[in-house]
Amino acid sequence: MTEPATETEFSATELLICTIAELLRGVRHVAVGAASPIPGSAALLARAQSSGATRVSILGSPRHNSFTDGGVELFDLAAQGRIDAFFLGGGQIDGQGNINLVGAGNYPNVDVRWPGSFGSAYLYFLVPRVILFREEHTRRVMVPKVDFVSAPGTSNDGVYRRGGPYAMVTRLGVFGFDRDRRRFKLRSVHPGHTLEEILDNTGFELTLPDQCEFTRVPEFAELELVRSKVRQEVAAVYPRFAAQL
Amino acid sequence: MSSSLFQSLPDLAAAIHNGAKLAIPKESSGAAMAATRELLRRGVSDLHLLCVPVGGMQADVLIGAGCVATLESSAVSLGEFGAAPRFCDAVRAGKIKMLDSTCPAIYAGLQAAEKGLPFMPLRGIVGSDLVAHRDDWRLIENPFSPHDTIIALAAIQPDVALFHAPCADRFGNVFIGRDRELMTLAHASRATLVTVEEIVDCDLLGDVSTASGTIPSLYLSAIAQAQHGAAPYGFHDHYADDEATLARYALEAGTQVGFDRFIRAWINESQPPIAMAV
Repeated sequence: MTEPATETEFSATELLICTIAELLRGVRHVAVGAASPIPGSAALLARAQSSGATRVSILGSPRHNSFTDGGVELFDLAAQGRIDAFFLGGGQIDGQGNINLVGAGNYPNVDVRWPGSFGSAYLYFLVPRVILFREEHTRRVMVPKVDFVSAPGTSNDGVYRRGGPYAMVTRLGVFGFDRDRRRFKLRSVHPGHTLEEILDNTGFELTLPDQCEFTRVPEFAELELVRSKVRQEVAAVYPRFAAQL
Repeated sequence: MSSSLFQSLPDLAAAIHNGAKLAIPKESSGAAMAATRELLRRGVSDLHLLCVPVGGMQADVLIGAGCVATLESSAVSLGEFGAAPRFCDAVRAGKIKMLDSTCPAIYAGLQAAEKGLPFMPLRGIVGSDLVAHRDDWRLIENPFSPHDTIIALAAIQPDVALFHAPCADRFGNVFIGRDRELMTLAHASRATLVTVEEIVDCDLLGDVSTASGTIPSLYLSAIAQAQHGAAPYGFHDHYADDEATLARYALEAGTQVGFDRFIRAWINESQPPIAMAV
């Protein structure tokens, strides 16, 4: 594979925002959890690109959130099928799409404790397009098996499930998830990175495509939207992030 | 005016007894930080602290000061200021019993309690390692449909709910606006203690535009006025986060010694003047 010619300069953050926005194409309603500036920016970009057809709810933002039924409303909306996309991360993510937000080591007295599972153990089951977003892509994050399953990537028959991993985006690339085979498939490598780098930094097996592609480079019009409208809107939620964008 | 409802901040905090199951909301809904300071001054102990559904500095200071025996929460962190250091330390060292949960399970448990039900079923969660560590969660078969495993969550009835709200009227009704989980909390809890920024002269239930966002006094046990009662957290349009203090806490609480030093200074800070209008 050869590096695509880049006509426009863009930052790694802008690439992530544009890449995630593409994964949100056609979504009616995307919700974004607290403290998620890159997914939040991507959702706002997807809304701008859809001329407002995509609805965005950002938790913790009175301006970008119309909920009036308290903290439970997000979860009730998901159960009603009114949320099409959501973002989850993980201190550890394994090859079966299991995520660990609790800690590394033996539970409960783990060696490293993370905040906790938040709503993951519920939303992973109910939101059709869960996008796993974790910038760090190393073997300490991408592990063969998570130490604690906050939320499982897949479920057996007899468990109600219409949601799950749809894609994973890291600082190195974009991955799809095959729910039947229960494994990730490499979709594209971000410009400036290599397949070898991904393999060296992933602790589980990936399905590789016949032809390895680079992640699409943002077009000038997309970057303009990110730098104007999106930056302005995201500043209401994440002022520090917007200032650096 | 129901005068017995209105109390001083120390008297309100005194209703939280050692060993109580104490419920507190996420900061954005109103953390009663001034009341928490009173709890630290008094040295409350053996709390079962329930974060609805996540905790921040308020949970971290109670843990760091040794007030908490059991913590039930979906997550504890200082948000953009990083990890909650005393929480992480206490869990690693096994100093507290941890009941790891997930946000909607906490809401569902409270909803069961407000309906007087023994449990509430909920989708999801099946297959999460959370289940194995919870005696109060059970997998059951959907009685209406075979081959459908669903989780049943025992009702959560706090002994005391404690939070901060924008205002109360002189009849003891408390305005909460959009933060509806505070209504659920008040319905579900045996006692509800509220600190408020101000006490207003209107009847909150007399106007439909405020009535729908108001907890009627029948659910309330005590109200105390505490201006800047959520600080160093910000509170809606009233005041912004005191970022310098939050950042200093995140740094100093990294060690127990630093935490103790921070808390000694914090609980001795002079309170902003409080109008004793009631």
